[in-house]
Amino acid sequence: MKNILTEVYFGLKSLFIGMRITLGQFFKPTITVHYPYETLKIPPRFRGHIELVRDPSTGKPKCFVCKLCEKACPSDCITVEGVKPEGAKRKTVTNYRLDFTKCSLCGSCVEACRDGAIRFSREYNLASTSKEEFIMDLFQRLEAERNRTGQNETLDTPESSQAKPNAQAPRGLDQTTVSEPKVIPAAGAPKVEAT
Amino acid sequence: MIQASRDLIARWWPEPLRLLLFLAGIMAFVGLNAAYLVWVERKGAGRFQRRPGPTEVGPAGLLQPIADAIKLLSKQLIVPAGVDRSLFRLAPLLVMAPALAGLAVIPFSESLAARNLNVGLLMIFAFGSINVMAIMLGGWASRNKYSIISAARVVSQNVAYEIPMLLVVITMIMVMGTMNLSEIVGAQSGGFWHWNLLRLWVNPLMPLTFLIFYTCMLAETNRAPFDMAEAESELVAGAYTEYSGMGFGVFFMAEYANILLGCSLATVLFLGGWQSPLPFLPTLGPLWFLLKMYFLVFSVVWVRWTFPRTQFYGLLNLSWKILIPVSLVTLVLSSAMLKLF
Repeated sequence: MKNILTEVYFGLKSLFIGMRITLGQFFKPTITVHYPYETLKIPPRFRGHIELVRDPSTGKPKCFVCKLCEKACPSDCITVEGVKPEGAKRKTVTNYRLDFTKCSLCGSCVEACRDGAIRFSREYNLASTSKEEFIMDLFQRLEAERNRTGQNETLDTPESSQAKPNAQAPRGLDQTTVSEPKVIPAAGAPKVEAT
Repeated sequence: MIQASRDLIARWWPEPLRLLLFLAGIMAFVGLNAAYLVWVERKGAGRFQRRPGPTEVGPAGLLQPIADAIKLLSKQLIVPAGVDRSLFRLAPLLVMAPALAGLAVIPFSESLAARNLNVGLLMIFAFGSINVMAIMLGGWASRNKYSIISAARVVSQNVAYEIPMLLVVITMIMVMGTMNLSEIVGAQSGGFWHWNLLRLWVNPLMPLTFLIFYTCMLAETNRAPFDMAEAESELVAGAYTEYSGMGFGVFFMAEYANILLGCSLATVLFLGGWQSPLPFLPTLGPLWFLLKMYFLVFSVVWVRWTFPRTQFYGLLNLSWKILIPVSLVTLVLSSAMLKLF
């Protein structure tokens, strides 16, 4: 009898302790990242698909079509073409085709590049319904970016790396309602106090 | 002034019209509450788990229930092959109807009650017992093994929990000397220390009695941690597995309507209904009743997201080994106290 009573008493007490703990959590701020309104900071060594680097003085790609990256690629996903303009010392790139469906992000191309003309991008919002979308021309991508931002310098340098506001809002979201994303430091998961 | 307008209404409005208005009012109340309690539940679940909950449809996700309702209404009502068609269609209505009928005798304020029955409490429990049968019928008619397991569970669970609940109610009827809910509320006027919850001079175990009532209410409405009937991780959706569209929607609404009824009843029986907690605060119509009732509804959500589902033998042990003996003790104790003092 005494055992049952103590069991009931401590059982009941534990229920109330549990209720108190959950109510405490109820009033604390949320710990989830409200994607796409908020994004985590991308780690500096994040490997997106490769992209061409611009020469800040000319605004042209640094690449001079030595094709070392093409040779270094183990899965044959890079094709570089270029022309040598009249009077110029070096070739300039006209077509840099990356087949991202085959790329394993091994980084051999970035290592092979002598002039630092390619690097990993910080693009991670990649989704498409067709395979062809992932066979991309990096030269055109660079030009389009310059036309969009109007700047020679690429905004997205690894040193000041931050997640970009995702270019495409998720389906069903009005583009104009997507507010400026709040960037949260990516120190792993947000801290949770041990209770 | 209020009395005069009430007399005016009573004289000029025929009784059937009044009843129709109350019926429509209760149905709208139940419908809106069912829709928005889902929002409260989801938002509450989010907050308890420290995430934002629904945010996309409308400000703070407030239009989500309406979107859900439109979706459910526009879905096809599939009646699977081999089911008992009439019972299958009847079951959701049979779950909904007792809750609606029960709300008809709940006094929302001094003057706001659809029917001031002398046997209001008895009526609620008489209708409430249909609930079990309806879920059982739904499970049986579905011709689905999960539904039948769920139906068997519902019957043993609700039979087990109806006993302590009714013992508690008998205690309350003895203490109050009436089954009229308005009179029960009326006897609890004058500050929170007059509420039945704290009527310790009649029965020192009164808070415990309230806890038993609350636990049984959770079990009777098949809410977590006693949601054996639905048990989505074991039985798909239990008795609701084969229901689609608004068939499921009505079950869903009925669950919230039953929570509403249970919390209203707990408020009336233990928390002084529409009486204000402090004597100098005015009794503002149904305000205090709604505040207390929604606090209990919130605590139901709170309990759901705090405790895991009990195992079935644990559930029956709790009822037969703890709740029934304790409620018998409170019954005997309060009858002895009533006789002695």
